[in-house]
Amino acid sequence: MRKQLKAIAVSVGVALAAPVFAQEELNFDAYREMLADGNPAELYEMEGEELWRTARGPRNATLEQCDLGLGAGVVAGAAAQLPRFFKDTGKVQDLESRLMHCMETLQGIPSEEIVKGKFRQGERAKMAALVAYVVTHSKGEKIAVDLSHPKMKEMYELGERAFYYRTGAMDFSCASCHSQDDKRIRATQLPNITKPEGAAAGWGSWPAYRVSNSQFWTMQHRLWDCFRQQRTAEPIFASDVTIALSVFMAGKGNGAEAQWPGVKR
Amino acid sequence: MASPMRIRAAAKDGVTEVRVLMSHVMETGQRKDSSGAVIPAHFITELTAKHNDKVVLSAEFGPSVSTNPYLAFKFNGGAKGDKVAVTWVDNKGETRTDEVQVA
Repeated sequence: MRKQLKAIAVSVGVALAAPVFAQEELNFDAYREMLADGNPAELYEMEGEELWRTARGPRNATLEQCDLGLGAGVVAGAAAQLPRFFKDTGKVQDLESRLMHCMETLQGIPSEEIVKGKFRQGERAKMAALVAYVVTHSKGEKIAVDLSHPKMKEMYELGERAFYYRTGAMDFSCASCHSQDDKRIRATQLPNITKPEGAAAGWGSWPAYRVSNSQFWTMQHRLWDCFRQQRTAEPIFASDVTIALSVFMAGKGNGAEAQWPGVKR
Repeated sequence: MASPMRIRAAAKDGVTEVRVLMSHVMETGQRKDSSGAVIPAHFITELTAKHNDKVVLSAEFGPSVSTNPYLAFKFNGGAKGDKVAVTWVDNKGETRTDEVQVA
């Protein structure tokens, strides 16, 4: 019975509960613990797993031959080592740009359709489900991004520059919100990404399901929203700057355990 | 067609714990879309859980339950390999049943 009540409290109380807590009563860990039991990201994961195995696109092929860096079709642990440099494309790719590559080369789904699409719609929505599937198979893995390749080093440095680059009407950089400890906006904690533990907290908990809007967001979506919140030009999907910022965060967070998929307020 | 639920059922010391994650929009009928039109109500109204053929939980849901509802409950009895089936019905008459074996 207690469990049942707890379940109902989680389902019903989420939108109402957070703002009424006084500042000193905010207990993020207890809140997250309650949410994590029954993370609806699992629904996306189920959809993604089916999409991975379903023959689709003009070539009517599955993604089972997709190489995410650990060999064709290997999903387990792959996300923990992304972004990485891929020889076949000669590029550093994150999970989403790599999936986009697989969808184009294996299934014949043009990347253009995803790049020019909208989040949570069409092929980009399918991509999000695939992301949920892939990252779930790296849950609890240690983040292990190999920065030794010169292209990875280049991306890390570019990411670091982008992180501190102030721009837009508000003269904001990523660092404006993410370079101090124990900061928050309303009830959302802001990780200090200049430190390894902060970078790991950020990188290792997205993609995530957001309870307040019932949406599953990938890292590309999260980064896009950071730019939007800075009131600056929104980045192109899977563009170099988004991948560079990912390399920067993942590289800094190396060695920490990934909590994929995350669950957020 | 409605998307599948994710159900887990585990028996321990004569008690079975069931955890159900449902995929449903749970639209309240109080919200408006970007053009100002009311989004019609669409939510689960009834839920039934069966252990083999016996009803162990029967619940009424309403519009105040969140999108993609999560429900956890326990019932007495149940052994490995038994069937647990969960069915919901929504206000549009759509229904979905999923079944798992107790682990």
